[in-house]
Amino acid sequence: MNTPDTLWRIAWRQLRRKRLAMVCLAILGVYAAVWVYAETQFWSARLRGVIPAYKQSHYDIRNQPPSLAHPLGTNYAGRDNLGQMIQGTRIAFEIGLLTSLIVIPIGFALGAVAGYFGRKVDTAVVYLYSVVDSVPGILLIMAIAYVVRGAVERSEAMQAVTRYVDAGLLAVCVGMGFTGWVGLCRLIRAEYMKHRERQYVLAARALGVSDFAIMFRHIAPNVLHLIIINFTLRFPGLVLTEAVLSYLGVGIANEPSWGAIINDAKQRLWLGNWWELGGATAAMFFLVLALNLFGDALRDALDPKLRTAEAKTA
Amino acid sequence: MSAYILRRLLSVIPITLGVLLITFLLFRVVGGNPAYRIAGKNATQERIAQIARERGYDKPYFLNWQAFPTGLFDAQFPRLCRQLLRGDFGESIKTKQRVSTMLREGVLPSLCVTTPLFFIELALAIALALLAAYYRDTWIDRGIMVVAVTGMSISSLVYIMVAQYWLASEWRLFPVWGFEGPQYLVLPVLIGVVAGTGGSVRFYRTVMLDEMYQDYVRTARAKGVSPRGVLFRHVLRNAMIPILTNVIVAIPFLYTGALLLENFFGIPGLGRLTVTALFTGDEDVIFATTFIGAILFVVANTITDIAYTWADPRIRLR
Repeated sequence: MNTPDTLWRIAWRQLRRKRLAMVCLAILGVYAAVWVYAETQFWSARLRGVIPAYKQSHYDIRNQPPSLAHPLGTNYAGRDNLGQMIQGTRIAFEIGLLTSLIVIPIGFALGAVAGYFGRKVDTAVVYLYSVVDSVPGILLIMAIAYVVRGAVERSEAMQAVTRYVDAGLLAVCVGMGFTGWVGLCRLIRAEYMKHRERQYVLAARALGVSDFAIMFRHIAPNVLHLIIINFTLRFPGLVLTEAVLSYLGVGIANEPSWGAIINDAKQRLWLGNWWELGGATAAMFFLVLALNLFGDALRDALDPKLRTAEAKTA
Repeated sequence: MSAYILRRLLSVIPITLGVLLITFLLFRVVGGNPAYRIAGKNATQERIAQIARERGYDKPYFLNWQAFPTGLFDAQFPRLCRQLLRGDFGESIKTKQRVSTMLREGVLPSLCVTTPLFFIELALAIALALLAAYYRDTWIDRGIMVVAVTGMSISSLVYIMVAQYWLASEWRLFPVWGFEGPQYLVLPVLIGVVAGTGGSVRFYRTVMLDEMYQDYVRTARAKGVSPRGVLFRHVLRNAMIPILTNVIVAIPFLYTGALLLENFFGIPGLGRLTVTALFTGDEDVIFATTFIGAILFVVANTITDIAYTWADPRIRLR
């Protein structure tokens, strides 16, 4: 083989040897397929302007136990629970991606400038994340989600957006996004502080490359794996937090997220109707478990030192 | 070292200001005029204007240039800061109680849940992590890790619901809801421990395994220290630093209470108080809890740094 071994290739070779990681990857693949399916279901209905199947009520078959036609039974409005779980997968992925769209740019940009420039910029960034960190996380998320949802619903400019994205979902993502960047920012900052003194950076600077280009074209590829690891390991937390938020009433209300399903199912647990809760729990459990384990394996493959570094720099 | 501590404690001022600013921006600027929330849906315009005047919502947000120079700080945010500095937390919009009274009444129930939860979880997590690290790569280690990862992948909502439904309601082992005696605390604490320990065990085990392959462990073994002695006297002590970081920073959150548990089990603590305040737009309560929480957080962080020097004499604070 003539091509040099890249970090990614080495990591992939290591990952492939771990049976557990590969099983998790397969599970994640199944979830991703379900997500794509749910997304097409959602958008085809949305674009045709009809009520999607998972939102149609059939009051003649309410709260039915599992059967062949409905493997997980039906819920209070006679909707197929399996269909609800499938849409829940869509919501979970949307939350993970949308939140990361906020977390990654903020965490990366702030961490990069803080670590690269040091001094006053660093002080300012450290101050900023210390402030965000001093508020109990879930409280700040709730406060942001609550306020943002109100603001989004009131604002007419946002209605073009909320026609396609649930206002509650948007609020949850903004809440988790504006609190979740701290961890990534710390990580990237520490890494940039290290790289700033490396030979290739000094050489680039001597050649007159601009700071911006050094930061984003020279150093960035060397920290890319941190972003991917951070994303994978943050994802399960987001899914779990969303469930709590939806339960407490600041989350998603009009779409069947797993949290909303669990919240609904609670009232029917007393009727001996356990399949709804069981289904949502299982759907959530396997995704979170697979993400947790795969994220771990990915981290070990890409950057073994990271395992404890996260805590020691905190 | 005392200079260091003083400097760290002084950082409480900018951080608390920052926290207040975020809360203020959220509830007064993005959230809209709170006078509407206080007055309710059917209030007249005059009533809203009256409330706004009484509570100072008609003033500018940060600086009052119209009243320059004497009344420059006669604006909403400076007034809020002055009020909190005086130790005056205001009064609840909804219950008309003094916020300081509400906080005082909520602290005890919160601590009743979070303190045992904190210590049991800590002891259990360290014990399990030690066990897993000691028997690493055996079925004991693997068993502990499987349970830990499974435990942290289940939503805490599910733990609460299943426990409330089966343990409390069906089998009547515990009371379902309320706060009238020690027996009401057993289930919330139990659930908290089950839901929270997994993540900590996993983390502590990694930290300990990291230490296990250090040179000093080999040296200690070579000079004849028993494996158990190495584990307790050498590894545990060195693993204390990341563990301390994890633990002490969690202490301020003892005070803010276990939000979810308090809500589910009807414990009248600060967590429940804050969530209720959030939904009713009771901003004085929110300002007070975030204010106190931020101060405690900075103090806890400083204590962590001091604890480092105790755990590892190589660290010097400057």
